[in-house]
Amino acid sequence: MVLLRLIDDFLASIGRSVLNLCRAVGHLTLFVAVTLSHMVRTPIYPREIGAQMLRIGYYSLPVVGLTTLFTGGALALQIYAGGARFNAEAVVPSIVAIGMVRELGPVLGGLMVAGRVSASIAAEIGTMRVTEQIDALTTLSTNPYKYLVVPRVVAASVTLPMLVLVGDVIGVMGGYLVGVNRLGFSGVAYIQNTVDFLVLDDVVSGLAKAAVFGFIVAVMGCYHGYNSGRGAQGVGQATTNAVVTASILILAANYVLTEVFFSA
Amino acid sequence: MTPKIALRDIHKAFGSKHVLRGVDLEVARGESLVIIGGSGTGKSVTIKSILGLITPDKGEILIDGAPMGRDRDAFLAQFGMLFQGGALFDSLSVWQNVAFRLIRGRYKMTREAAREVAIEKLRRVGLSPDVADQFPAELSGGMQKRVGLARAIAAEPEIIFFDEPTTGLDPIMSGVINELIREIVVEMGATAMTITHDMTSVRAIADKVAMIHNGKVRWSGPVGQMETSGDPYLTQFITGSAEGPIEAVR
Ligand SMILES: Nc1ncnc2c1ncn2[C@@H]1O[C@H](COP(=O)(O)OP(=O)(O)OP(=O)(O)O)[C@@H](O)[C@H]1O
Ligand SMILES: [Mg+2]
Repeated sequence: MVLLRLIDDFLASIGRSVLNLCRAVGHLTLFVAVTLSHMVRTPIYPREIGAQMLRIGYYSLPVVGLTTLFTGGALALQIYAGGARFNAEAVVPSIVAIGMVRELGPVLGGLMVAGRVSASIAAEIGTMRVTEQIDALTTLSTNPYKYLVVPRVVAASVTLPMLVLVGDVIGVMGGYLVGVNRLGFSGVAYIQNTVDFLVLDDVVSGLAKAAVFGFIVAVMGCYHGYNSGRGAQGVGQATTNAVVTASILILAANYVLTEVFFSA
Repeated sequence: MTPKIALRDIHKAFGSKHVLRGVDLEVARGESLVIIGGSGTGKSVTIKSILGLITPDKGEILIDGAPMGRDRDAFLAQFGMLFQGGALFDSLSVWQNVAFRLIRGRYKMTREAAREVAIEKLRRVGLSPDVADQFPAELSGGMQKRVGLARAIAAEPEIIFFDEPTTGLDPIMSGVINELIREIVVEMGATAMTITHDMTSVRAIADKVAMIHNGKVRWSGPVGQMETSGDPYLTQFITGSAEGPIEAVR
């Protein structure tokens, strides 16, 4: 009897979780659909888009730059050590470049921006929700999707590729600095090797990933903020959820996109 | 004559909590209605239902005899609303808050002209022009409330809702605001719905009073008949007595 009840409870809890997941996915899909539909209808708010580009893109530069700089350097050391095992130290410049541009630039850039930007968007919009500022927007005949969500999503999708491009260059620079100063590469040869080896597709695929990650970062921030629970606790929860879901979705999307771009 | 605003049998529950249980209410054009009632009885919910910020579970809301149509923005353009908590946009300066509606949409004034209007509205709520360039977080609670009031009246809407306009204001400023609301109704011919706990305000603002209790309109009538209604609930409320049919713990 007791056993049966336990099994019953267990199954019920699985069912509940699955139902909740389905509900969340449906809710999110609807949110994205509404956001996209408002992107292509007037009015648009250029002033807001500009402000968000500055906030999301420009102010994330130091974070992304430092991240890729150190990662590029560490990558050069690792590849040198690994390459030495089969006398292939010369691959350092090309592998650093490929690893940075195709994978680490977009992923690390996306994750850092997820931490920084998803959280702040969720906190900001969540606070606006609990202090009735979103209701106030609506009563002032301004659609909150158009005024709050669309500018953030557009700004993040446009600026993250730019950020990642800068990050790529700095990451390769990090590899260069370590390669030349610590591993004994000649500077000219290092650059030459990098430039010769990289193809346009490598860069473009990385930037395409970045655009998708930017979209994810802004949408998760807005979604969780917009649906924030009541009070300070609700906003705190929204912030956490935004960062966690954005990070996981970025990693999952990265796998899928890599499969799409490079598996053929 | 069709009433400006009519609520018919409005019900609203949050989870298992039945807040509104059949509210019926009518406000004529150019009339000033004051809603009173205990804390948590659903006064704010009633107003938010009219604006479509909360969707009632049941019932009908008619403005000029018609429900809200498909064009929500146009519908909302005839309303002004002062939120109980102010709900000022904290990323915008005070004048940009007040002029929010004027610099976009159908009005589309230049920023300079909108700023002028904003400063004029601020003056009407007893705020000097220096606050125009400050941010809401730099103002006191009562000042924020008055900025919210200025924003609600900035575009001279036909219907204005005031959710506790004088809460947190000193007695003199309360008097100024009461007079302002009265003026807006008399001079601009606006229809107003005000929520307040302040019986002085009720007497200063109201043409008609409605008391909400237990999710329904318990009593409504002209302000002059409030004292002599003979309704024990209303009498207890306006005399502020602890003894009576309304329980203190709700
Ligand atoms: N969005 C919401 N979700 C859940 N419950 C809500 C929501 N909005 C209001 N309520 C509940 O509805 C009830 C009525 O709230 P309302 O804000 O209308 O009260 P009120 O009459 O304006 O009170 P007060 O005079 O204190 O402002 C409260 O019990 C509140 O907890
Ligand atoms: Mg209230």
